Amino acid sequence: MLMPTNAESKPVTTWQRQRQARDARLEAGARLAHGKIVEARDVTRLMEAVIRPGDRVCLEGDNQKQADLLSSALLAVDLAKVHDLHMVQSGVVLPEHLDLFDRGVAKKLDYAYSGPQSARIARMLFGGKIELGAIHTYLELFARYFIDLTPHVALIAAVSADRDGNLYTGPNTEDTPTVVEATAFKDGVVIAQVNEIVDTVPRVDIPSDRVHFIVKAEKPFFVEPLFTRDPAAITEGQILTAMLAIKGIYAPYGVQRLNHGIGFSTAAIELLLPTFGEKLGLKGKIASHFALNPHPALIPAIESGWVQQIHSFGSEVGMDEYIRARSDIYFTGPDGSLRSNRAFCQTAGLYACDMFIGSTLQIDLQGNSSTITTSRIAGFGGAPNMGADARGRRHPSEPWLKAGAEADPESSPALRRGRKLVVQIGETFGDKNAPLFVEKLDALELAEKLNLELAPIMIYGDDVTHIVTEEGVANLLLCRSASEREQAIRGVAGYTDVGRRRDRNMVERLRQRGVIRRPEDLGINPLDADRSMLAARSIKDLVRWSGGLYAPPSKFRNW
Amino acid sequence: MEDLSFQHKVGARAGGARKTAIIGVVASGNLEVLVERVLPDTECRLEIKTAAVGFGEVWNAVIADFVERYSPGGLKFSINDGGARPDTVSLRLAQAVRLIGEDGQ
Repeated sequence: MLMPTNAESKPVTTWQRQRQARDARLEAGARLAHGKIVEARDVTRLMEAVIRPGDRVCLEGDNQKQADLLSSALLAVDLAKVHDLHMVQSGVVLPEHLDLFDRGVAKKLDYAYSGPQSARIARMLFGGKIELGAIHTYLELFARYFIDLTPHVALIAAVSADRDGNLYTGPNTEDTPTVVEATAFKDGVVIAQVNEIVDTVPRVDIPSDRVHFIVKAEKPFFVEPLFTRDPAAITEGQILTAMLAIKGIYAPYGVQRLNHGIGFSTAAIELLLPTFGEKLGLKGKIASHFALNPHPALIPAIESGWVQQIHSFGSEVGMDEYIRARSDIYFTGPDGSLRSNRAFCQTAGLYACDMFIGSTLQIDLQGNSSTITTSRIAGFGGAPNMGADARGRRHPSEPWLKAGAEADPESSPALRRGRKLVVQIGETFGDKNAPLFVEKLDALELAEKLNLELAPIMIYGDDVTHIVTEEGVANLLLCRSASEREQAIRGVAGYTDVGRRRDRNMVERLRQRGVIRRPEDLGINPLDADRSMLAARSIKDLVRWSGGLYAPPSKFRNW
Repeated sequence: MEDLSFQHKVGARAGGARKTAIIGVVASGNLEVLVERVLPDTECRLEIKTAAVGFGEVWNAVIADFVERYSPGGLKFSINDGGARPDTVSLRLAQAVRLIGEDGQ
């Protein structure tokens, strides 16, 4: 029998070093605070007090809500005290987010989305200014917050705080609960910038014991309208493509639970539901439950009784009063305003939606798609999770089973997986006549240039089930070989080089099998694709549909 | 700017009674098509002034498909192109044939 180890002789092990370190940081920060409140002019000193060189820092950069005051304050730190930070944030959106790397405050970056900074981040990556960890999808980065990228310090944004530190995020809750969960419960420090300090917050989005310091910003945090598509800019080509999608995919599969991308093609679909969709008798049969930001373009469909429920990643500028008045449709708090949550909505899109439909910049002959060009690295954001078959899904639904059966007609139905419908929609030529279809993705060239192990692919070809262009619908589920798949893609690639190099006979055979369906095969005359079919043809029309509740930002007003 | 010209033999005369029609606008990414019924019934001509240089092969393919599909015999098309995408070109040409195919002037 082994003798028990003598407790006296065992070296003292500390199991709470992280907590002690956190407490030391908090104590240093407390010298600059009254309770939890820190004056805006002291924020840079606060950062120097609580952040250590090499720390993992999450600077909340959501899609909409930006901790802009905290970014500027971090940028101004004394480099002798704070340097070489490892930024772990979903959005690299503000110029200050990249200035941090130029100045040497930060060194390494793990992120998801960089839309507005896509050109500059590409230059800085090529120039070696940023040491890149990886470009993630949202859920993936959030997951890593809990495993190997847990922040030491989180710099977040909210609308208001009470004196205890309870936070009200407003409708753009977005990433905040996830970031705070990972930081506060693993001995990290949470600093929040708020627009105002109040006696009682309208609702508690983040409880006070997870928030260590509060700073009142002089001006409200920056919010950008990212999901507003002016119906006036929708083209006849986009309308035709939208008609093909509704009649060629939504209708036959009976897609009720879905996510839409943010492009003009899907805005066109939203605006055709109450007109074209109504005429086809599809109301109540399709497009009733969404994982979706509050798109203004969906207002006419909501007002016409198409939509039953929407859960949102974030909010949209100008939609607050409309959402408040339509709480049957949206998720709202006890205060009446929208409660969004990016992590939950991404999960909802992944597991509870039967279809993702969105645009992209490039599609190759296998159906891989990417929004990355050699001069712009826009990152991923949400599309890869929306646009992926969820291998952990177990609940059946009509579209999911039908898609599964099309892909694998031979298997026993009870053992066959369903398939999520992953639809890429777009015109064969994009901005400046750049072709949507290419033999080789720019993402591959980028991966070679930057020595990346993985090319940044938005949606992998084996997840894509349909491609819709003005030339028709290609159903890749029905393809039985790589060459059929290639010809199905070429067969809807229009007059691009990829399209003109099609094997005409094979494409015709695919059409006879219904793998490719042309407008005439679906009973659609391209000449009917007219702007008069849109339920709203301008932003002002959307305001009218909303009964004056939608208040578009000034850049979308021309009256 | 680039000037392109295409001439096709066509099986049948375009329907309708109108002599001319115009559709579209000269704008970036768009085009204006003037169509006139001035040629023999088995001929069709398209004259293009385009802002986008180097797309001759694409125009050739778009027009060949258009002629095969709509049989625009007797029609001369004058096109002012502001760099429209090929699908927009196809649509405007089809719209022009429909318009001139209507009754009346």
